[in-house]
Amino acid sequence: MKLLKGLSLLVGSALTLFSLALSSANNKAQGEKLYQVHCAACHGPNGEGGLGPTLAAPQLTRASDDEALFKIIKDGIAGTEMPSSRLEVEAIKELVRWVRNLGQRPVEKIGGDATRGGKLYFTKGDCASCHAINGRGSAFGPDLSDIGLRRGATHLRASLIEPEADVPKSFLMFRPGTALPENFLQVRVVTADGKRIKGVRINEDTFTIHLRELSGRVHSFFKSELKELHKDWGKSPMPSYRSVFTGEEMEDVVAFLVSLRGER
Amino acid sequence: MKKVFFTTETRRQHRVSPRKQNLCVPLRNLSVSVVKAAVFLLLFLPAVFAQAPYQRIVNAHKEPGNWLTYSGNYQGHRHSSLSQINTTNVARLKPLWVYQMRDPGKVETTPLVVDGTLYISEKPHVVTALDGRTGRPLWTYRRTTPPNARGCCGIPNRGLAILDDTLYLTTFDSHLVALDMHTGKPRWDVLVADYKLGYTMTAAPLALKDKIIVGVAGGEYGIRGFLDAYDAKTGKRLWRFWTVPGPGEPGNETWEGDSWKTGGAPTWVTGSYDPALNLIYWGTGNPAPDWNGDDREGDNLYSDCLLALDADTGKRRWHFQFTPHDLYDWDANQVPVLFDAVVNDKPRKLIAQANRNAFYYVLDRVTGEFLSGTPYIKQTWAKGLDAKGRPIKLPNTEPTTEGTLLYPGLGGATNWYSPTYSPQTKLFYVLARENHPQVFYKANTPYHAGDLFEGGGARDLAGVEPFGVVKALEATTGQQRWEFKLHAPAMAGLLSTAGGLVFGGSPEGYFYALDATTGKPLWQFMAGAQIVTNPVSYLVNGKQHVAITAGPALFVFALD
Ligand code: HEC
Ligand code: HEC
Repeated sequence: MKLLKGLSLLVGSALTLFSLALSSANNKAQGEKLYQVHCAACHGPNGEGGLGPTLAAPQLTRASDDEALFKIIKDGIAGTEMPSSRLEVEAIKELVRWVRNLGQRPVEKIGGDATRGGKLYFTKGDCASCHAINGRGSAFGPDLSDIGLRRGATHLRASLIEPEADVPKSFLMFRPGTALPENFLQVRVVTADGKRIKGVRINEDTFTIHLRELSGRVHSFFKSELKELHKDWGKSPMPSYRSVFTGEEMEDVVAFLVSLRGER
Repeated sequence: MKKVFFTTETRRQHRVSPRKQNLCVPLRNLSVSVVKAAVFLLLFLPAVFAQAPYQRIVNAHKEPGNWLTYSGNYQGHRHSSLSQINTTNVARLKPLWVYQMRDPGKVETTPLVVDGTLYISEKPHVVTALDGRTGRPLWTYRRTTPPNARGCCGIPNRGLAILDDTLYLTTFDSHLVALDMHTGKPRWDVLVADYKLGYTMTAAPLALKDKIIVGVAGGEYGIRGFLDAYDAKTGKRLWRFWTVPGPGEPGNETWEGDSWKTGGAPTWVTGSYDPALNLIYWGTGNPAPDWNGDDREGDNLYSDCLLALDADTGKRRWHFQFTPHDLYDWDANQVPVLFDAVVNDKPRKLIAQANRNAFYYVLDRVTGEFLSGTPYIKQTWAKGLDAKGRPIKLPNTEPTTEGTLLYPGLGGATNWYSPTYSPQTKLFYVLARENHPQVFYKANTPYHAGDLFEGGGARDLAGVEPFGVVKALEATTGQQRWEFKLHAPAMAGLLSTAGGLVFGGSPEGYFYALDATTGKPLWQFMAGAQIVTNPVSYLVNGKQHVAITAGPALFVFALD
């Protein structure tokens, strides 16, 4: 009966670890320990955020109360890197307490000016040629409308300086469903009539692949129609902004990205 | 990354080719009485012959127009000797009709087909008889499940058994139900085990002689596993074989202290049967708790075993253990496949299993003697097998608190989905999972009746991209002949046919056909929802059909 266990691991993975027997005496320490093992890699050792958003905030958007927080830790957020867990109820409760405790700490300070960052985004950075915010911009890269909810400042800064460091390493968590979501893997193909096309992968399965060119044009191929198919793992079509922005400008853009919290 | 999914909306947009009127006879030239007789035959013959006595199932290979037991025959072949659909014309295979089930979610059922009618189990406990020509339901049986019945992995049901004129269904709350095949009305309903202790039932029963053989799931809940036989007529239990022996029984000494009481060893996939030897072959699952063996020192018999049991008494003839003292949840429940062949110049009655632990085993099915074991995907836990087939474990392969990386992962080299054996090619085809190492963790999980009892877990590594692969192995040696890579890890079984084809499914929703001798893809159809089940083939009005479920829909295909 574990085939599905396999599945839930595919989706969830990271957290199926040990369920600690909890002595009530040392709860806080337990909560922190669990947090360091199961969560810190993505949310930062102090909840400052990274691949996952900051948790060191008094208000969490998707976890407005403890019940919602419990549910997120248990079930994860489907279709994102936020994994489900098979921790025991008591262990999850400890984590809820610890995450709330993180919220009492000061949130990581972001030095930049979000308004200035917004201007740079649309002008010097020309980010909209690849990214959309609330429907404005291109679908070539990931939608950034609520990137501030989903990613911490450290990760966002790294994405700008070194885009390739941030490319998803695995699409495993998306696999169990029917198809990959947009995952922005850079792909190059040569068609039967010799045409070379480069774009980001928006879907792939055993028999077909779809790519989107920078122009926005979507191509659909049966693999049997292609002469060549190359996947540039670890490469990002996004340029590095290390030498485009000054240090100060970089902080402004990061502040702008952190301020993007969806339309709500 | 963005949370966009390609949805499965297309499921309802399939194209169905115009129906063929197969039953239309040129009436003009026939006398009225002949017509009457024909009508009479059409109406009543099926009712008279739509029965599946034991002898019919024994001889299933002689009537490939039907699909009378889970694996198509007692030998576990999942092979159809029909060849109307073959390598030259499979490209023209078209959907004929689609049956949409009412309850959403994926379905793992294998349909039974008896004289033109399909019998399927839907979710959660619905059984429907479908007219093979039109896909229209003839009757439906519904049963509710207690909401607190729990299992590790959803509420699947893998199908039914038939004997005489009765269908048999196992339920998630561990009952065995007998239904009248003509009406769907229940005949009896017996309790097999207490679901509150973590027992569930998901496998199709195996009907033989006058008995219904059923297994249980619950290896993650610290059950004590068993295999049962029930009287087909009355539902009375005839025998029980405990897969974890009690005190005083041989094998109990392979368990430390009281650990046998919660030892697992479930029997959650349908086994095979040799009518001549009167032996049932059934695989058993992991010892419990899965990833922590500290309190169950010993080999933990009969976990991860192949059991050969006398069908009349349930007495053990022999057993073979694949993974002694398993710490990885590598169940040995995969369908055992029976065939006869010459090994080392000696004709042998053989049994083969592509095991979850990454080895392909061939045993003598009369004696249980180990003949060979060959890894069919990458594995990093054993140096090899000794002369008796016992794995020689590599050092530092036990799960630890920090985690131990091993191939294969928890899902295993393969799993419950069926392999297929083709008597034509003498190849054993199995869907395997490649490149899926996982980190196995150990933890302390105290036993609470009815709760998960796993003692750890396994998790994925970033940057690892597992994929599915269909492998064709020489049945007697396990040597690979060809492989066909799937983009993603799949959980769909295989069907081989005398048309030189192997059918399979993918998680994206492809139903596909490969050339059985080369592995070359010859046909595919996008069904629009995950395929996690096994295909079957049969005849309706003399015409070959192939069927499989995708999501909560049954798709039936034929040549146009
Ligand atoms: C593999 C990386 C990863 C791990 C491990 C992880 N998370 Fe997350 N988490 C994420 C991501 C990414 C999101 C944002 C998902 C989205 O796009 O909505 C998230 C979202 C959340 C949210 C919602 C935040 C909000 O503002 O509403 C909470 C709460 C959360 N995680 C808690 C945890 C806890 C507690 C753990 C440890 C038990 C954990 N996460 C482990 C990646 C991770
Ligand atoms: C040539 C197209 C292109 C341009 C221009 C571009 N990006 Fe990207 N960006 C991408 C692609 C493709 C990805 C996804 C692959 C990756 O992670 O590198 C990405 C990823 C990102 C991510 C990571 C998203 C996540 O979910 O982790 C952020 C943040 C981001 N871009 C911000 C920006 C900003 C801000 C700018 C302008 C200063 C910009 N990008 C300019 C194409 C582009």
